Amino acid sequence: MTGEAARAAGIVRRGIILSGLGLAGLAGVFVLALGFTPVEARQGLAQKIFYLHVPAAWAALLAFSLVGVASILYLWLKDPRLDRFAAASAEVGVVFSGVMLTTGPIWAKPIWGTWWTWDARLTLTLFVFFLFIGYLALRAAVHDAAERARFSAVVGILGLLLVPFIHLSVYLFRTLHPQPIVLKPSAPSLPPEMLTTLLVSTLVFTVLYAGFVTARYGLSLGDEAREESRDAA
Amino acid sequence: MPDSLRLALVIAGKDIRGELRSRTALQSALVFSALVLVVFNFARDPTALSATDLAPSVLWVTFALAAMVALNRAFTVERENSALDGLLLAPVPREALFLGKLLANLAFVGTVELVTLPLFVLFFNVSLGHALPGLLGVTALATIGFVAVGTIFSAMAVRTRFAELMLPVLLLPFMVPPLIAAVQVTSRLLADRPLSEMWGWLRLLALYDIVFVTLCMLAFTAVVDE
Repeated sequence: MTGEAARAAGIVRRGIILSGLGLAGLAGVFVLALGFTPVEARQGLAQKIFYLHVPAAWAALLAFSLVGVASILYLWLKDPRLDRFAAASAEVGVVFSGVMLTTGPIWAKPIWGTWWTWDARLTLTLFVFFLFIGYLALRAAVHDAAERARFSAVVGILGLLLVPFIHLSVYLFRTLHPQPIVLKPSAPSLPPEMLTTLLVSTLVFTVLYAGFVTARYGLSLGDEAREESRDAA
Repeated sequence: MPDSLRLALVIAGKDIRGELRSRTALQSALVFSALVLVVFNFARDPTALSATDLAPSVLWVTFALAAMVALNRAFTVERENSALDGLLLAPVPREALFLGKLLANLAFVGTVELVTLPLFVLFFNVSLGHALPGLLGVTALATIGFVAVGTIFSAMAVRTRFAELMLPVLLLPFMVPPLIAAVQVTSRLLADRPLSEMWGWLRLLALYDIVFVTLCMLAFTAVVDE
């Protein structure tokens, strides 16, 4: 095993440990959400999904923003580590967007009476998900590593700027057209148990994000090392 | 800068001349958008939905699809015989190169749109009346923005596998803000609404154009230069 491959394996191991901590924390979140927090008066048990949905959305948006930031820095510094990080962050972001987009409708069906509405926030997150997918599809379709890094950085930057535009247009669209009245979780302040659980869960999802990205980063580093040693042989 | 502009016009002129000589892409794009309009006509139930309610969305979906077909062609012609390498070796600033490609694409997409518009009036029985200047204006405003993004993406897409599929996957999310705005403005124009109701959308379109034309021009170097 070359030095580079050993280093990659070390990073993967660190990522797995961090992810393991995150998963243990997630089990804790389940316990907190089911045992510690009160049942919401109007929504009943359906509200419990809030403790997964909101942190997943947070992690997805964190992932997406960091892809954008890493893309800007890559075009400036041309450091392959930034590209590797952006790719890892995008992949993990897709997973968290997936969690967000599946837990949302499960909650919306009993509460709003529909799986999906074209609400501004829903539309925005759906397009963030599509942007991630497009980003990854592009990465998969470019063979040359340097070219792949440059192309995906451009998409990452343009995507970061697209988000405010989509937000603005779907927001204008919604406010000009009255929507059917939907029940919103309009709680001005959360009971302390709910707030604590939400904050713990957000922290746990951030740890999971860091763990997944670290492991994924190490894996692509290992792939690159293996390809290089194969080319050398 | 005037020098860059002149170079951009030379590059755009080259593309347009090439297109006028072969005419294959332009003809196919025109037939394509006519067909899309015809298909839409069968997709709606005329008793349930009046043509004027649906017309703005039909028009813009047709424009978007036609632009996609047109943009796919923009850099495939440069790939053949490695023409792009020749273009990159020429002492042309990358901004001018992008601008030239953008202008050629705008001419191409604009032509398709100009031919589609009368067909749309014919098939959907829309009376444009004095909405025509406004409609042309909003068409220009919306088209500039998404064609700018489409130009840079088509330069990337030709270097990938499944280029024809890659461009729509990348470009469609970027078409959403201009399309929403253009559909909103078009439906208000057709309904003879006052300008004040379209102002917000027009500003959004103008801002989109400024941001993305500038950004794509700056980022183009990263796409073509090794």
